[in-house]
Amino acid sequence: MVKKVYGSAAEALEGVLFDGMFIAAGGFGLCGIPENLIAAIRDAGPKDLTIASNNAGVDGFGLGLLLESRQVKKMIASYVGENAEFMRQYLSGELELEFNPQGTLAERMRAGGAGIPGFYTKTGVGTVIAEGKEVKEFDGQDYILERGMVADLSIVKAWKADESGNLVFRKTSRNFNPPAATCGKICVAEVEEIVPCGTLNPDEIHLPGIYVHRLIQGEHEKRIEQRTVRQREEA
Amino acid sequence: MMSAEIKGWDRNQMAARAARELEDGMYVNLGIGIPTLVANYVGDKDITLQSENGMLGMGPFPYEGDEDPDLINAGKQTITEVSRTSYFDSAQSFAMIRGGKIAAAVLGAMEVAENGDLANWMIPGKLVKGMGGAMDLVAGVGRVIVIMDHANKKGESKLLKQCTLPLTGKGVVDRIITGMGVFDVVEGGLKVVEIAEGITMAEIEAATEATLVP
Repeated sequence: MVKKVYGSAAEALEGVLFDGMFIAAGGFGLCGIPENLIAAIRDAGPKDLTIASNNAGVDGFGLGLLLESRQVKKMIASYVGENAEFMRQYLSGELELEFNPQGTLAERMRAGGAGIPGFYTKTGVGTVIAEGKEVKEFDGQDYILERGMVADLSIVKAWKADESGNLVFRKTSRNFNPPAATCGKICVAEVEEIVPCGTLNPDEIHLPGIYVHRLIQGEHEKRIEQRTVRQREEA
Repeated sequence: MMSAEIKGWDRNQMAARAARELEDGMYVNLGIGIPTLVANYVGDKDITLQSENGMLGMGPFPYEGDEDPDLINAGKQTITEVSRTSYFDSAQSFAMIRGGKIAAAVLGAMEVAENGDLANWMIPGKLVKGMGGAMDLVAGVGRVIVIMDHANKKGESKLLKQCTLPLTGKGVVDRIITGMGVFDVVEGGLKVVEIAEGITMAEIEAATEATLVP
């Protein structure tokens, strides 16, 4: 079997990083983000990156690391409210920002990975999102043309993988990871546990290994952004 | 106008009123803020809550010590699952939203116009955080219910003839619940469906810029 498992995030990224590249990243907030691969990209130092990710991390963690190191030229995201450094760079003109509605961003990744260069959606019709985009009427309703997205590299996080790159996710940490994985020319995945082939139930694979080219097992801090609890009822 | 707000419904009463819009069997998406409170008032109704980061069947917040970093809602808060819960990716999540499978969304707003235009994501010149999933939700779900204060902090009507802020969606709002009552978007303007306790029709007329139709 072709070797997909690498010893570290740095090794798994060797030869795939370059200045000005386009990276698609999985994760929602800080949930299910490829934290080891992000740190390794910071350490490797490619510059002028365009990054498509639903959010931009927080100061000092997740994609916030690449903003602090000034490696990001442009973000494509749906919501960036949690990151003060992001706002500072954006308002001072150091950083470009393209807002995509969340579902449009997910579908752009899915479509790009599925060989679909564009699709029509009613999301954003009549708003600033529609500016400069083709509008087409289907059955009496207007839709706008959005482009499928193909990235030079996808970085994703899953719960488990087998050695062939079949991935299983856990709870809401799945989020953008499968669509992001499919839209990369190369996809590198980090997981909490790599198991031998034959261990995972083939009926319960969330993302087939065909989409995953390189794989590492990593340690994950899994930081919680908004810890919210309720009181236990008295017995 | 300020005294009118005090006499009408408070946030919890508005959320309770919104919960009455929900019926057995509905799949529903609740926005951040007052809409989140709606979950406290669904009672015994068979409602399945969707969280657009990839979950159907959202449970309450966890007990302290049971928080799971892999289990959050769209507001990034820790939550729990219920017996019917399913998880899926973001493309699938918005396929069910865009595809009209979600019966209703309850969300907040900065402005609503009498033609159903909604603005709730951006104030030019101020910090812009992004629309998240709001544009997809209002474009796709079966029914859009807005919960918001009747007036802004300056005391100006948030129910307008035309929105002044960048739109989240055009002609998308079905019903508006404010502290003063319940309003439907109909041909020609907003129809007063219900008036909150202690509020008069004259007070609503005085506090509302949008055209009110009988």
